[in-house]
Amino acid sequence: MSSVDLRELYQDLIREHNSKPRNFHALEGANRKVDGYNPLCGDKLTVYLKVTSDVIQDVGIQGSGCAISRASASLMSENVKGKTVAQAEKLFKAFRAMITREPGADFDADALGDLEVFSGVSEYPARVKCATLPWHTMHAALAGKGKEISTE
Amino acid sequence: MTAPRPAASPRLAERPARTFDVARIREDFPILKQQVHGKPLVYLDNAATSQKPQVVIDTLVRYLTTINANVHRGIHYLSARATDEFEGARAKVRLFLNAAEDREIIFVRGATEGINLVAHSYGRQHIGPGDEVVISHMEHHSNIVPWQMLCQERSAKLRVIPINDAGELLLDEYEKLLNPRTKLVSIVHVSNSLGTVNPIEGIIAAAHSRGIPVLVDGAQAVPHMAVDVRKMGCDFYVFSGHKVFGPTGIGVVYGRAELLEAMPPYQGGGDMIRSVTFEKTTYNSLPYKFEAGTPDVSGAIGLGAAIDYVTALGLDRITAYEHELLDYGARRLAAIDGLQIIGTAKDKASILSFVLEGVHPHDIGTILDGEGIAIRTGHHCTQPLMDRFGVPATARASLAFYNTREEIDALAQGMQRVIEVLK
Ligand SMILES: Cc1ncc(COP(=O)(O)O)c(C=O)c1O
Repeated sequence: MSSVDLRELYQDLIREHNSKPRNFHALEGANRKVDGYNPLCGDKLTVYLKVTSDVIQDVGIQGSGCAISRASASLMSENVKGKTVAQAEKLFKAFRAMITREPGADFDADALGDLEVFSGVSEYPARVKCATLPWHTMHAALAGKGKEISTE
Repeated sequence: MTAPRPAASPRLAERPARTFDVARIREDFPILKQQVHGKPLVYLDNAATSQKPQVVIDTLVRYLTTINANVHRGIHYLSARATDEFEGARAKVRLFLNAAEDREIIFVRGATEGINLVAHSYGRQHIGPGDEVVISHMEHHSNIVPWQMLCQERSAKLRVIPINDAGELLLDEYEKLLNPRTKLVSIVHVSNSLGTVNPIEGIIAAAHSRGIPVLVDGAQAVPHMAVDVRKMGCDFYVFSGHKVFGPTGIGVVYGRAELLEAMPPYQGGGDMIRSVTFEKTTYNSLPYKFEAGTPDVSGAIGLGAAIDYVTALGLDRITAYEHELLDYGARRLAAIDGLQIIGTAKDKASILSFVLEGVHPHDIGTILDGEGIAIRTGHHCTQPLMDRFGVPATARASLAFYNTREEIDALAQGMQRVIEVLK
């Protein structure tokens, strides 16, 4: 086994969003709210969305989690704000494909923009769920599921 | 492979830590020699499972290559040998726990199945509507959920002994919980998340003075200290083989013969019967009444070898050595800025659970892994305990006698790396 480069995983942008996560608050006037839960580590996360005319007007996030999940939630909130539901779903699919890809496989970097900083997570199977929990939770909220979702 | 050292002479026992030759002991554990991510493996996840000495591995290979047969079922040569070795392992467990008789030792899959056995058999027989089962706030989920299930089924009530901020049981509160409705106390000997060693003899005495039986979950105790079930006075004692340097899939329930005799079987099947007709089954005698089906024969024999190994090292010497190492580790970790140790009981064994301000334990685990250091992060199957301390998770380093001061130093250095990367 080779030595690991943790800077690949904990890139500067991830570290920065971990220490100052964006949109981390309950959302006034939200019309979607879903709790996400990762039973592996006990992380809990609530995603609030305000969706009108098929557009995500605003996003709020609450919860505790590791650096990867906090940064992922923070960057997700920035990336889906102002997007249509279809665009957000497309981003979710591209993000999930990148995180769960086989070693060395390509991914859609153009579609992902700054979310590409999470590309190193695919090398850490134990951390994949940390990065995808906010996205799965948002996905459930968009699908109109009101109940808690779990990464299991 | 080198044979384990003979038991300590009195002179050695006086200066246990210095005469404990860890470098030589490590030679007995082939897995410890490897590198992980290009760094020497530092295995500090012993509370999850322990590593196996060569003698256990060799015992499994020898059994499977020269003896393997079913037990108690054949008149042929191999079956007789397998049965001898299997029953020999039972006798080793009896001596290890200082139980009075071999038939008080029941082989199960592990501590979890052991607790479930007692809950299903003794619990269903004795616990009814309005009755109470007492556990503590520091229990592993395996000593919570079976009782919760039983209480639900029987309309009984689960009562919980509170703890203080150091992670010690509030014994006054415990005594107040005991009442005529209390039908069982089930308590952990050593906490897997805090390392607290509970004052088990006093707990048992308080229950017994009111005629209440006590189950002790010894999963985290037997790898670290000599256990004497008769001195302790417990009614049931459970542990897992894999945490005491034996194989996975094997564990033990000790039960006082008098109680076991009166209990119904846990599962039905082969070996647990004396005779079967479609109208009626007569159950086998102890311990077979509780061992339905083909047991984990190789696992039991491997456990026997593990018990021989730790007994030869000397449990008292192991305790003394680990205690010194634990103190050293606590001092090294406490010196790190922003680090808080969770679980600071006066009487502790093996466990260093901690949180670092501003850093999630999961990230600590990943970064330490990059340094070849294996710890566990999460709630350690003790979610109510995490809630009590107001943390979602902790990072936990758990020690065994083959760990060294150098490994503690590596952990402390690894934590500096965590701070570099994330703070
Ligand atoms: C205190 C305690 N009890 C019970 C168990 C359950 O052991 P097993 O999973 O081997 O059945 C554990 C394992 O972590 C434990 O630490």
